[in-house]
Amino acid sequence: MFGEGILKGLAETARNFLGSYVSKKRLTTVQYPEQRLPQIEAYRNFPFLVYDGDDWQQGLRCVSCFICEKECPPKCIIIEKSTDKKPDAVGKLQFYPKVFNIDVSVCMSCQICVEVCPFDAIKMDTDFELSSTDRFSGLLWDKKHLAKSNEHYHKIHPTEAAAVDAQLAAERAKIAAKTKATAEAKPATPTPPANANGAGPNAANQPVPTATEK
Amino acid sequence: MTMSPIQQADQFFVTSQHRFVSYLPAEFQSLTSAILSVIAIVLVFALLFAITTVLERKGLGRIQNRYGPNRVGPAGFFQPLADGVKSLTKEDLVPRTADQMVHFLAPVLLVTAAFLAYAVLPVGRNMVLVNLNAGILYFFAVGSLVELAVFMAGWSSRNKYSLLGGMRAIAQMISYEVPLVLASVVVIMAAGSLSTVSIVDMQASYTGIWPHWFVFTPWGFAGFILFMIAATAESNRSPFDLPEGESEIIAGYYIEYSGFKFALFFLGEYLGMFATSGLAITLFLGGWAAPFSFLTWIPSYLWFFAKLLLLIVIFIWIRGTLPRLRMDQLMSFAWQFMLPMTLFNLFVAGVWHFMPSGIVRWLVCIALLVAPAILLSRSLKQGKKFAVRHYRFAE
Ligand code: SF4
Ligand code: SF4
Repeated sequence: MFGEGILKGLAETARNFLGSYVSKKRLTTVQYPEQRLPQIEAYRNFPFLVYDGDDWQQGLRCVSCFICEKECPPKCIIIEKSTDKKPDAVGKLQFYPKVFNIDVSVCMSCQICVEVCPFDAIKMDTDFELSSTDRFSGLLWDKKHLAKSNEHYHKIHPTEAAAVDAQLAAERAKIAAKTKATAEAKPATPTPPANANGAGPNAANQPVPTATEK
Repeated sequence: MTMSPIQQADQFFVTSQHRFVSYLPAEFQSLTSAILSVIAIVLVFALLFAITTVLERKGLGRIQNRYGPNRVGPAGFFQPLADGVKSLTKEDLVPRTADQMVHFLAPVLLVTAAFLAYAVLPVGRNMVLVNLNAGILYFFAVGSLVELAVFMAGWSSRNKYSLLGGMRAIAQMISYEVPLVLASVVVIMAAGSLSTVSIVDMQASYTGIWPHWFVFTPWGFAGFILFMIAATAESNRSPFDLPEGESEIIAGYYIEYSGFKFALFFLGEYLGMFATSGLAITLFLGGWAAPFSFLTWIPSYLWFFAKLLLLIVIFIWIRGTLPRLRMDQLMSFAWQFMLPMTLFNLFVAGVWHFMPSGIVRWLVCIALLVAPAILLSRSLKQGKKFAVRHYRFAE
């Protein structure tokens, strides 16, 4: 009949209207600033720089290799290399970034910087409340703003961080074995030494650190 | 002149205005009382606009199982204040190529035209700004100014979307103006007057407890439904909101408006809706008259606004339910259904007038209305094959 569908529709919307006052299940809205949904582990937003230990300057893993700067599609990473060296996450002496800026207004959250970094120095953060009243310098984040502790990384992405930590520990062990081996090999003949850590016999010949694949 | 307390409550605004004016010198009296009435109308209906926007947003939210605005003030009821502050402080952009003068005048004209219509609406007993003896004619004449304003906005923006929206608005409003007027002609026939005041007076009497509203006759009921459909289209409300179809022409004729001018468009649109609803109340729902004779002690203006709120709620409900029509559906509905039905309704009103009262008159008139409605809706459906559409370029 003419108009039957309209009446059906009106009944449906009336049911929704009244139902939303009766059953709380219908209202799925989360009242955001007061209520929050639990964060999903795979969520990612903007990059941050990981540091180990308590001192964010000393512990910074980044060795200023410029790979991320070159790979970043919108070119929003700006790095300046230091002149001196400091030990990196695995204990080797490396350069460190004097300046490390990311323009988050340009960053498109593609995670490519994270994929390419061979030193596990840059990871994706989950913080999304980033608005600033200063649209220029407020959105150009410097090294200090970007540096976040490894504990923070563990908090936001526990599985991933654990895997990274295990890998770094293995590399540290390799380095330790290598230095020990070279120390032992110096006075003795250059035969391969007995491996104390159980790593393969050619572990000492591998380039360190290895490129990480995730 | 003595009045009972009920009458005093009913005539409170009228008498207080008279008392205030009587303190003034004689030559200012009529002018001051007119200005007072105008101020009252502007304030009351602007306030009603504010209330309606909150109610609408909350109602639509609930219909979609959302909360709607609930932040500003208690339960979000101060939202219009926040909206007002926002639209006043926003930058007012005018396109460089726009026709500056017309661009500025369009929203002003829209709001002015909408407010002018209230001059002939009796919102209570003795509460009408002017009792024109061609009141309804005046109402429609002023109402058609809205079309001009809308087209001015669409044309002066120099934007293809706004022009399309303006043209849609013109086509739609002119098409639906015809059934709107024809649907109200039945009342003019029955009342024998074009004056809104005397039309309401005719309906404000009772048989037993039942009122004599025109909506309680076959032709009045059909006329009311047709009038409300046409009024929805006239005020550009969903499902007839094609002129502002966001999905295809972004916002239609007010795409180039921002800040306070945009708010004025909003205001004008809602005022137009209130005015046509007010006219529907005046014509079919007995104006300020109480629905039962034992409820006449409630002041008349309260009844008017209660009915107005009821119609607004229905408008919101419809908006939350129906999707937007397509342009050709809109047009064929206007010319192939609305127009013939309103013409039939005129005929039925004549039959009703000349037949002796009784059950036979009811049956004949209802049959005379239902039969063409069914036939017309059948013929509208005919020739329409409902099948899956294939789009050449959108696969
Ligand atoms: S996430 Fe993508 S866009 Fe953002 S800094 Fe990293 S590489 Fe650049
Ligand atoms: S790729 Fe990693 S180590 Fe290299 S500059 Fe970027 S963050 Fe630092």
